[in-house]
Amino acid sequence: MAVTPDWHLRESYLYDRTTIAEIQRAAREGIYDIRGFGAKRRLPHFDDLLFLGASVSRYPLEGYRERCGTDVTIGTRFASEPLELKIPITIAGMSFGALSAPAKEALGRGATEVGTSTTTGDGGMTPEERQSSKTLVYQLLPSRYGMNPDDLRKADAIEVVVGQGAKPGGGGMLLGHKISDRVAAMRDLPEGIDQRSACRHPDWTGPDDLEIKIHELREITDWEKPIFVKIGATRTYYDVQLAVKAGADAIVLDGMQGGTAATQDVFIEHVGIPTLPAIPLAVQALTEMSLHREVQLIVSGGIRTGADVAKALALGADAVSIGTAALIAMGDNSPEYEDQYREIGSSAGFYDDWQAGRDPAGISTQEDELAARFDPVVGGRRIANYLRVLTLEAQTLARACGKSHVHNLEPEDLVALTVEAAAMARVPLAGTDWIPGLNGRY
Amino acid sequence: MAVAADVEVVDLATTALRDLNQRLHDLDPDAPDPRSWRIVNPNGAHAVACGLDALVDVEIVGHVGYYCAGMNKRATVRVRGNAGTGVAENIMSGSVVVDGNASQSAGATGRGGLVVVHGDAGARCGISMKGVDIVIRGSIGHMSAFMAQRGTLVVCGDAGEALGDSIYEAHLYVRGEVAGLGADCVEKELRDEHMAELRALLERAAIADVAPAEFRRYGSARQLYNFKVDNAY
Repeated sequence: MAVTPDWHLRESYLYDRTTIAEIQRAAREGIYDIRGFGAKRRLPHFDDLLFLGASVSRYPLEGYRERCGTDVTIGTRFASEPLELKIPITIAGMSFGALSAPAKEALGRGATEVGTSTTTGDGGMTPEERQSSKTLVYQLLPSRYGMNPDDLRKADAIEVVVGQGAKPGGGGMLLGHKISDRVAAMRDLPEGIDQRSACRHPDWTGPDDLEIKIHELREITDWEKPIFVKIGATRTYYDVQLAVKAGADAIVLDGMQGGTAATQDVFIEHVGIPTLPAIPLAVQALTEMSLHREVQLIVSGGIRTGADVAKALALGADAVSIGTAALIAMGDNSPEYEDQYREIGSSAGFYDDWQAGRDPAGISTQEDELAARFDPVVGGRRIANYLRVLTLEAQTLARACGKSHVHNLEPEDLVALTVEAAAMARVPLAGTDWIPGLNGRY
Repeated sequence: MAVAADVEVVDLATTALRDLNQRLHDLDPDAPDPRSWRIVNPNGAHAVACGLDALVDVEIVGHVGYYCAGMNKRATVRVRGNAGTGVAENIMSGSVVVDGNASQSAGATGRGGLVVVHGDAGARCGISMKGVDIVIRGSIGHMSAFMAQRGTLVVCGDAGEALGDSIYEAHLYVRGEVAGLGADCVEKELRDEHMAELRALLERAAIADVAPAEFRRYGSARQLYNFKVDNAY
């Protein structure tokens, strides 16, 4: 029963109710907390940035009718068939296994409808998602579950996954209740085990090896496919330079707010850096190599709105990627399922047990009965609608800044609301010319 | 060396690797393309004959670098020399035979087919294997068969430290000494069906001078398959 605290009771900041609950859960169960979603702590983010709209010194574009381009080409460096996307917002890698087959299909349908790409995950490529996705990026992960040259050739691009923002340095995890017959067969694993996939690639061990690995992938696919390298944001400046040196056509940079289907809570909340400081580090690395815009930068980790999209692009990204927001758009955490969330000890708006496979919305599950609740056609429409809104919002902001293409947004269009965000994003604190750490003053 | 008329010879000293691989990828399954290829002067090149998907015999005369015959399907590739890291990585079917030694990650993540190394193989041999059969005439290095899921690894010599760490359902057979077993890997009884499996694999690998009864079998204790949660009260 919920208790309303009396006015004279003071909750400890250090030992708040969440902390107390976790200590007692750990004492009861003897295992770390594994959950889905992404970091829940407050972090400096795009909300701490504002656009300087045009005024006397800048000339805006009319907000609805004037052209503001959104197209992006990814993979121009070495691939003979780069990706041509109509919008700079892609769907991030999420596995069949973590998600149901209809959910994967819906992501493909929605992305295809608005002319963008979707991505496989740590479980291989399903025929449903290949069929529903006009442009599909195939991930090469440390586990290599389901990896095969036929799917490699069927893909439109290849993404070598080194890490992800929710757990840089950690491998994948899929708990037993989600290892159905089909998932087990695709991964060559026994059914029902708690599967932990490798955190290191099996056949290369450093940046020099990665260069040779990328060369092999290009040879197998006759130099047609763009090859991305995905990294979780940590030592971003160095990682980006090494990935570029290894021959990447594009960098996928996932900040610590990036989602996960199943990871230890301690990992999600305490490893990696936020998306906000990661972008300028990556842009600096690319600029110093004279390859900014030639090696495309795709940023993920906490993209929720068109404002987030526009701010990421203004800081120098060529495109962004969404994962958690895409699941929410399809119905995850919807109040529609409140009664069922309550039955499994959660509530709409709080549900993060994506690892458990009991998702009332039928998205993060392998149970046929639950998955059947999710209509891939309706889900696909929701994804398309959501992507359209993100795009329209980003265009609105770009036009307000006088830009005829969203890629013309630049750091000069931004100011920061907090000292931390100013330092991390490398834009001035609003009302000042102060960028802590950059212009020699503090 | 005399070359039969129906063997296509490619000299990597004068032909670009890209051109060689493209020609091998372009082999028409229905046309009378040369079905025997000989590649000379590989000189340690990486990614030689990778991504093949045709019933073709490829003989490579000399040493190769990383990822030779990577992701092989149906083709038979023979390396008359040593092979670098990741030979036959993710092999799907067909066979890859190395006459000399192989470096680390030989047959890594392989999902089918046969890999034979007549010399020694380095660390991480058969790592994350998913159905491939691997036969090593000599010894293998440390961390071999790490997270091995399916398939069979036969080692006629010794195995290094941490053999079969975090292994799933792959079958491991070692004839010599094992420096140490990895987490959740244990020795198991060698029964008749295992002797039969060994006999068949040794025969496929054309290794006739060792007997199945000389091997010991290792596999998963299956103690790491599920997280342990103490819900005792």
